[in-house]
Amino acid sequence: MADSPKISLKNVCKSFGSNHVLKDLSLDIEDGESLVVIGGSGTGKSVMLKCILGLLEPEQGEIFIDGQQVVGLPKSEREKSLRKTGMLFQYAALFDSLPVWENVAFGLIQAHGMNRKDAKDIAIEKLSLVGLGSDMASKSPASLSMGMQKRVGLARAIATNPEIIFFDEPTTGLDPIMGDVIDNLIRDCTRELGASTLTISHDMESAQKIADRIALLYKGSVVWIGPASEIETSGNAYVEQFVKGDVNGPIELDILKP
Amino acid sequence: MEWNFLAAIGRITLRFMQAVGHLSLFTLESVKNLFLPPFYMRLFLRQLMNVGYYSLPVVGMTALFTGMVLALQIYVGSSRFNAESAVPTIVVIGLTRELAPVLSGLMVAGRVGAAIAAEIGTMRVTEQIDALVTLSTNPFRYLVTPRVLAGIITLPLLVLVGDIIGVAGGYLVATETLGFNAGSYIKNTFDFLESRDVISGLIKASVFGFIVTLMGCYHGFNSTGGAQGVGRATTNAVVSSFILILVSDYFLTVMLLD
Ligand SMILES: Nc1ncnc2c1ncn2[C@@H]1O[C@H](COP(=O)(O)OP(=O)(O)OP(=O)(O)O)[C@@H](O)[C@H]1O
Ligand SMILES: [Mg+2]
Repeated sequence: MADSPKISLKNVCKSFGSNHVLKDLSLDIEDGESLVVIGGSGTGKSVMLKCILGLLEPEQGEIFIDGQQVVGLPKSEREKSLRKTGMLFQYAALFDSLPVWENVAFGLIQAHGMNRKDAKDIAIEKLSLVGLGSDMASKSPASLSMGMQKRVGLARAIATNPEIIFFDEPTTGLDPIMGDVIDNLIRDCTRELGASTLTISHDMESAQKIADRIALLYKGSVVWIGPASEIETSGNAYVEQFVKGDVNGPIELDILKP
Repeated sequence: MEWNFLAAIGRITLRFMQAVGHLSLFTLESVKNLFLPPFYMRLFLRQLMNVGYYSLPVVGMTALFTGMVLALQIYVGSSRFNAESAVPTIVVIGLTRELAPVLSGLMVAGRVGAAIAAEIGTMRVTEQIDALVTLSTNPFRYLVTPRVLAGIITLPLLVLVGDIIGVAGGYLVATETLGFNAGSYIKNTFDFLESRDVISGLIKASVFGFIVTLMGCYHGFNSTGGAQGVGRATTNAVVSSFILILVSDYFLTVMLLD
């Protein structure tokens, strides 16, 4: 099993009514790899993550986690496989009925049965990794700024030291220094903890820092995938346009040109 | 023209059947999860306070004035054929069998059902329910079970308190303004009261508690589309609770009529 990918998507299709979001999406994430998915706004990046997590059911295609096909699996089985994953939501999705530390400790207490005191210590330690002091621990998430909420969400995603971690735009809305701290943290998750991570990003600089490989999603499928070092020299017209942030190129924009 | 009309009827019927099916599945899932571990004691206790304890003032006020007005009106009616001595009996039977459970159910629907729908609806649209799933926590057991259980248990207790306060209200009006003798009013109240009068009211209350909390959870869970969707969920939770309480009250009365 050592060579089989940690996560594998095969011809996944997902639509909402007439809006075909994912079209024949295939993608592999190797064990211990950091993959960054880039792509325009609304191309289905978040939907892809939700399909892998089982929050949305694809109409077609298969998704394998550790070699196990997870599409259509009963909820209780799915719960087990989620025990080894962590997820940072694009809009943090913190539980506002719980203080910050309980948000971070949630997985430890509920899914891993840890006692509250030990879980709190770990939560405070994880919060310090994302640059939040212990004075934040007992605050309500609603009283934090968006960037702070995002970092709490990140601490929550990594709190249980999961084998697989998904980050949906981890550095969006952070200042450049904090962005760099978070990039390093994500790197450490793969390098030191050996986790396989899938990060969604718009920020090319941070993508290159985090990624082993980068995939470009366009109109619901992968148009280019390759090592992070080759992104500048890919020779792929889509990638070049995206990296340069050029209006002109093969990527269709629904913008009225003057 | 008439075809459009028929098509509209067909569409509405189909949508109605779909909603009934959807609600039935949700109800089954909720009931099933009442009996499955883990049980979140902390959340359950919090809901006992929310649903039960904090509803005491509203239920108490409602019962007090209902008992008072009941004594007045029944006095008017019964004095027409010189049956004033029946006032205490009719007041206590009217309250325990009918008015305390139904009015408490309606008040709690407005107070608690709406709050549940708004809270869970907000959790849905801000992806907090998705976050629960990714943290290997079953949202039914975490969100629905504590609330529904609290509803089933606390509404009968509220109604019991309401019965007592209502009878006291009737007693006050009867002895202070209608010239009843205090001792014989109390004696008449209890002489003809049967335990099944009280018990049938408590059974109704339990069912109403189930309805109110279930409707709050159901509409909250299925809310979509941001703040507007949450508002709609709240309204629907209250309106559907009202209707279901009134309809099921009739059938429960038939069933519990000895
Ligand atoms: N629950 C949903 N119901 C209906 N349509 C949805 C739903 N979720 C996403 N979509 C649609 O799927 C498409 C892709 O959405 P998605 O959130 O995956 O975009 P994204 O690539 O993450 O964009 P961004 O970079 O802006 O976050 C959009 O057109 C969106 O309207
Ligand atoms: Mg997104």
